[in-house]
Amino acid sequence: MSSSSTPTAAQPNHARRVIVAWIVLSLIATPLVAIFLGPAIPPGNASVQASGQTTDNTVMITILTPIICLLLVFFVYALSQFRKERGADLVDGPPLRNHSTVQFLWVGVSAVIVLFLAGFGTYELLQNGAGGGQGPNPIAVPSGSKLQVQVIAQQWEFTYRYPSYGGLETSQLVIPSDTLIELHVTSLDAVHSFWAYQLGIKADANPGVDNVAFLKTKGPRTFDIHCAELCGLWHGYMFSTGRVVPAGQFAAWVKQQQALFASVAQYMPPYATEYYPDPQRRAG
Amino acid sequence: MRRLLGFNLLTGIVLGVVGWYAGWYAAHLVAGPSIDYFADIDVNELSVVLAYLGGVIGFLIGLGFLNYPFARLRGYPPSLREKETQGIGRYFGLCTDHKVVGIQYLVGVGVFLFIGGLNAMLIRIELLSPTKQVFPAGSYLTIVGIHGTMMMGMMTSGILGPFGNYLIPILIGARRMAFPRIEALTFWLLMAGGVILETTVFFGGFPTGWTGYGPLNIQANPGMDCYILFFALVGISMTLLGLNMIATIVTMRAPGLTWTRLPIFVWGVISTSVLMVLAAPVLIAALGMALLDRTAQTSFFIPSAGGSDYLYQNLFWVFGHPEVYILALPGFAIVLEILPVFARKPLWGYRLAVSGLLGVSLLSFFVWQHHLFVSGINGDLRPFYMFSTELISIPTGFTFICGMMTLWRGQIRYTVPMLFCLAWFFNFLIGGLSGVFLSDVPSDVTTHGSFFSMAHFHYTIVGGLVFTFFAAIYYWVPKMTGFQLNERMGKIHFWWMFISFNSTFAPLFAAGFLGMPRRVVTYPASLQFINDWVSVSAFFLGASMLFFLGNFIYSLVFARIPAPANPWASKSIEWQLPSPVPVYNFTKIPVFSSDPYGYGESAGPVAVPAGAPAGRD
Repeated sequence: MSSSSTPTAAQPNHARRVIVAWIVLSLIATPLVAIFLGPAIPPGNASVQASGQTTDNTVMITILTPIICLLLVFFVYALSQFRKERGADLVDGPPLRNHSTVQFLWVGVSAVIVLFLAGFGTYELLQNGAGGGQGPNPIAVPSGSKLQVQVIAQQWEFTYRYPSYGGLETSQLVIPSDTLIELHVTSLDAVHSFWAYQLGIKADANPGVDNVAFLKTKGPRTFDIHCAELCGLWHGYMFSTGRVVPAGQFAAWVKQQQALFASVAQYMPPYATEYYPDPQRRAG
Repeated sequence: MRRLLGFNLLTGIVLGVVGWYAGWYAAHLVAGPSIDYFADIDVNELSVVLAYLGGVIGFLIGLGFLNYPFARLRGYPPSLREKETQGIGRYFGLCTDHKVVGIQYLVGVGVFLFIGGLNAMLIRIELLSPTKQVFPAGSYLTIVGIHGTMMMGMMTSGILGPFGNYLIPILIGARRMAFPRIEALTFWLLMAGGVILETTVFFGGFPTGWTGYGPLNIQANPGMDCYILFFALVGISMTLLGLNMIATIVTMRAPGLTWTRLPIFVWGVISTSVLMVLAAPVLIAALGMALLDRTAQTSFFIPSAGGSDYLYQNLFWVFGHPEVYILALPGFAIVLEILPVFARKPLWGYRLAVSGLLGVSLLSFFVWQHHLFVSGINGDLRPFYMFSTELISIPTGFTFICGMMTLWRGQIRYTVPMLFCLAWFFNFLIGGLSGVFLSDVPSDVTTHGSFFSMAHFHYTIVGGLVFTFFAAIYYWVPKMTGFQLNERMGKIHFWWMFISFNSTFAPLFAAGFLGMPRRVVTYPASLQFINDWVSVSAFFLGASMLFFLGNFIYSLVFARIPAPANPWASKSIEWQLPSPVPVYNFTKIPVFSSDPYGYGESAGPVAVPAGAPAGRD
């Protein structure tokens, strides 16, 4: 890499040129990426978990920008400077087989970046669970009182059950704003995945498994729900829209739903972690 | 005529069909017209499974795989047909010449690569419109499943099959592989598997994609059995291929070829083979259990009957993550093998490069649960898997720095194989850095199972494997066939493919971040522009493959310009042999005195001076 082993004295200092160009480009590109591109990466700021993910994405893409710049500068420089002239005789380049400083720097810097990313990801994860399904025994539990909502997936729709409202069951997800919500995701048949996209929530629905994810909502809005795990024939149509509404509106909605639900409520348990249709049916 | 009536592909197909019906009949005899409890499909699962097993056995007998053991058992001298050295008939049957097997693999894998690609075209036709359905939902899922399974299954042997089999004995100075009949068996098993996977359409297809998750795989049509048998055959083929490679490289190296003088491609083959041997049996076991669930009413993966669908997910990804490195590692090795030739410099940091390959190979066994970050399993292990997954970027980075420093101050020639290798750096950088988002648990919550992850692994597998596959074709096919490939058409192919590839998959990162899940037949109308753009680009990408095929056929069938022995002025041993390589490779086993990267060091053109190659004395 250094010019010490250069056969001809007239060689410019390639390494210095690349490093200077890299530093200049990184100093320009990195703040731009951190300020403009990072915060624009979805899922956005519709919930505390979504904001955490966007912060995480911003940090990662900011760290990755200088790496991209280095390779960009290197390849543009190397591929334009070190090419064999057309029609020139085939000569060999200098037999550089190793350079311990370069190796040491490359391995060391990549190890530091990896350690930082893993540490930062773990920190973000443990703060509030990052919106992911954590299984029946979650390790990242946000403190505070929680509204429990059970998400029951089946081929090919989601049903939502509110244990604290007498096991109220609905086909649309309505949740209050600025509330900590504990989602219990389960499935009746195949593996599904509950994905509330704008809220940054994803949790696989496995039959017989209670997969817990935490969600702290912000202001009122609508959000998209998809199934994100291939679950058979109509997987592509397994989507709906949910709503985050103010607390008062939520209470009114619950009352209205309970009135509709009253006739079947007497037969339903308040809470269901397991429930299989019997016998297991075949499907496409 | 003698070949036509003897043991060859034709008799293989005939006996395969006979065996198929024998199995079908036997199953009905045992189990009646339907042993299916649910009885809403009039095909019994057992009959499909036994029919295909009978078919595969008949096919192998017809090809002549039992001739040698039978002759030995009965005390006759074995037939020498499989050792024939002349004639086109060798390519249509059991042949133990590693160079014939290599070319069989190139054509066979190539055919299935194109079939898989055609399925991708059908997927993109369906996704042109968010709501209008070109295919019924079930057919669409089958197309998606065949595309994924065909590519992931067939391309495991995409480089080790053609180029590993052809080149490894030559590169290590041997005349054959350690187990030549097993070598031929791996190829024909793979071909039988490919046909079985295609016939899934006659049994209702399968809805699970290439992952085949239970309990969905228990519900599915009998077409699911075709998926299971295909992947099991691929697994067997992979295990045998890996064992054969390891045995050959460990035991059959020529004198003087120490571990530090091996070409880096050989190291790539070793690290890939280790993954194949250790990972593929897990897949075979998991699929065997799924097959028992479907036919013998066991319940390994049925939670309602005491099984666990997590068991399948874990077993599958214990295989599945090494699997993606089985696809990627040969690409790393080809890049590092080809760069020194066209930069006219020794491979920089040989030991670092080798430890990078072996490091990826080792670490890839400790990362599989990153596929299950949101599955609800082992919430407290996620930080570990996040760390181990990000750790794997360090040995991957070794390949980057070794390649980059090999280019540094070189005399770069922009030949077609070199262009494909340079494109690898671009594609794999994007693929690798997008992988950082997927390995990070908070970010993975959004990107998991979305088009983001789909774009990520297409950048690593198409950008990492298929590009280097083409680099290897343009680099070594002149040696394998003795005919040049057209350089100008090759360059057009490269730019066409490179631009349309990036135009196809880069927008899919955005589609994933904007909330489009994978394997959907319909999507939000707001994503139509992205999807239409991607579809049109994908059609261009598909057309570039046709253009390549045109070049391949034009150059090898019509133009037929003889290739010189060493068109790239390489110092590696295969280029010191005539093109194509003569039957027993070397008249005298060569003696190695250095690695093949002595550019700028030794004056002579050959790094391996001793042991005159065949055809030169």
